[in-house]
Amino acid sequence: MSKELQPKGFQIISLKVGLLLFLPAVVFITIFLLFPFIWVFIISFTNRTLLGAGARDPQFIGIENYLRLFDFSRWMQPGEFGHSLALTVTFVFGSLIGQVLLGLAIAFAFNQRKGAVREIMFTLVTLAWILPETAIGFTWLAFLDGRAGTLNSILGSVGLSTPDWLIEYPLRSVMMFNVWRGTAFSMLLFSAALGNVRPSYLETADVIGASTWQRFRDILFPLIRPQFATAIVLVTLWTFNVFTPFLLTQGGPAFRSDIIAIHTYRVAFQFYEFGRGSAIAVIVMIINFILASIYLFGVKRKGVKK
Amino acid sequence: MNLVRYVLARIGFYVFVVLIGMIFAIPLLWLLLAPFNSQAMLSVQIPDEPTLNNFRAVFANTHAMRGLLNSMIQAAGAMVIITVVASMTAYVLSRVRIPGRDVFVYVLILFSSVVTGSASMVPIFLLLFSMGLVDTHLGVILVFTGGLLPTAIFIMRDFMQSIPKSYEESALVNGASTWQMIKDVVTPLTRPGMMVIGIWAFVNVWGSFLIPFILLRSPDKMPAATATFSFYTEAGTPVITLVSAYALIYVLPVLALYLFVNWRYGFQFFGGIKS
Repeated sequence: MSKELQPKGFQIISLKVGLLLFLPAVVFITIFLLFPFIWVFIISFTNRTLLGAGARDPQFIGIENYLRLFDFSRWMQPGEFGHSLALTVTFVFGSLIGQVLLGLAIAFAFNQRKGAVREIMFTLVTLAWILPETAIGFTWLAFLDGRAGTLNSILGSVGLSTPDWLIEYPLRSVMMFNVWRGTAFSMLLFSAALGNVRPSYLETADVIGASTWQRFRDILFPLIRPQFATAIVLVTLWTFNVFTPFLLTQGGPAFRSDIIAIHTYRVAFQFYEFGRGSAIAVIVMIINFILASIYLFGVKRKGVKK
Repeated sequence: MNLVRYVLARIGFYVFVVLIGMIFAIPLLWLLLAPFNSQAMLSVQIPDEPTLNNFRAVFANTHAMRGLLNSMIQAAGAMVIITVVASMTAYVLSRVRIPGRDVFVYVLILFSSVVTGSASMVPIFLLLFSMGLVDTHLGVILVFTGGLLPTAIFIMRDFMQSIPKSYEESALVNGASTWQMIKDVVTPLTRPGMMVIGIWAFVNVWGSFLIPFILLRSPDKMPAATATFSFYTEAGTPVITLVSAYALIYVLPVLALYLFVNWRYGFQFFGGIKS
């Protein structure tokens, strides 16, 4: 029945039943998403702690927690907020470049190919992404182990230096890990986009005798630009919030991999300073909000047609 | 000239594939091989004498088995609630003209990306603390449900919008009640979507670390995710053979579900399928 022929107000289920079915989701989202969102702002202006006086009777202390975070005389010291933020920027930027370029390279290399090699490669990269993080964290501890790890036995066998990765290069290690873990998203996104490019475009390029690089730069890349923007924004957003490196380094040694999610955890659940932890969370949410808005109202509106 | 270029391109392709393939394969290969080794090996080695003793030891460890059971309770609990609630909500969103529903969906997606685990760990903990749900399975299940629901609703809505309304309309014209229509027409039609959402929710809860890590304190409530972590961080040198056997058992359900989804539906992903 087309829309015009339907009697006015005809609906498959009534508004009443509809609202009834709708209610549980509203309850869940209000309690576990909306309420924490508002409450974290409130806690961030108090001296709330887990134990002691701050737990029984938290006081409003204004913007003191924020002043503490942005106390520029100390904020770049290891273990402080500014230090963590700077590490996070490096971490996000490195992971982003690694994931997007590697995902693009794999998708491009296997464009218009089928067969076992492609299946194996895609399965491996996808499994790296979906297997439980604790198990993957454990295999990476073994992989990066300074004395007996596989990475160093390979490096050693070709005569390269074999550092104790997690101790000497903690941030680079967790970046490497995060690229490995997250490349699947970019790969799947780009490979789906490249799959939609009409073969005739590439055949024309072959006739003209375009090189692989020219084909990529002049034909394929412009066509997948929307997905490129999507990958950049979403990978940035996810990497900014990721807690998984905790499984490898716990933020150490000496706070050298103390990225923002781990920093928040330490302040809130190791020092039990819920007020200051919430102030950090508020800043994280503001950054998340900016990134998510760019995606929803910039990238998605323009790029992806419904 | 063209032939040379072709050959070089092929060589380049295979070098790339072997190199990248190895980088992705080696850590996974270790997880597959180490549990069958009688000695603790941190590097990837094919066991000389493959053994199942490590698995026997894990199965005999009540704490480890309890962890898998707890993972099952929490993942299955969240899976059921998420699938049912997301289906109901998505159905309404795709069928009823509730004022402002598009705004609702956009706000939902925006919020779920802003209020992440790392941003909401403090209020979530305090909320559960004041509800007396810290260190309970129910607390973990409810928090996961709240966190995963927006994405689940979003995916289900897309799925339901692709189902034509004519089946439901003819059921109603033929005198079915609303409840009969939902039970006999809508539910069978949406079953594939519900399967996908259910598996997605299960895998997400099964594999997540942060939420049970914050909310659970007693060892008999811990799922395998946090149990594995405490096995390899506590008590000095971890017994690598045992932890790797445990980790392998722990990843098997996810592996099985991945293979199932890949075979049945083709592994595809939607906007933010992985949260």
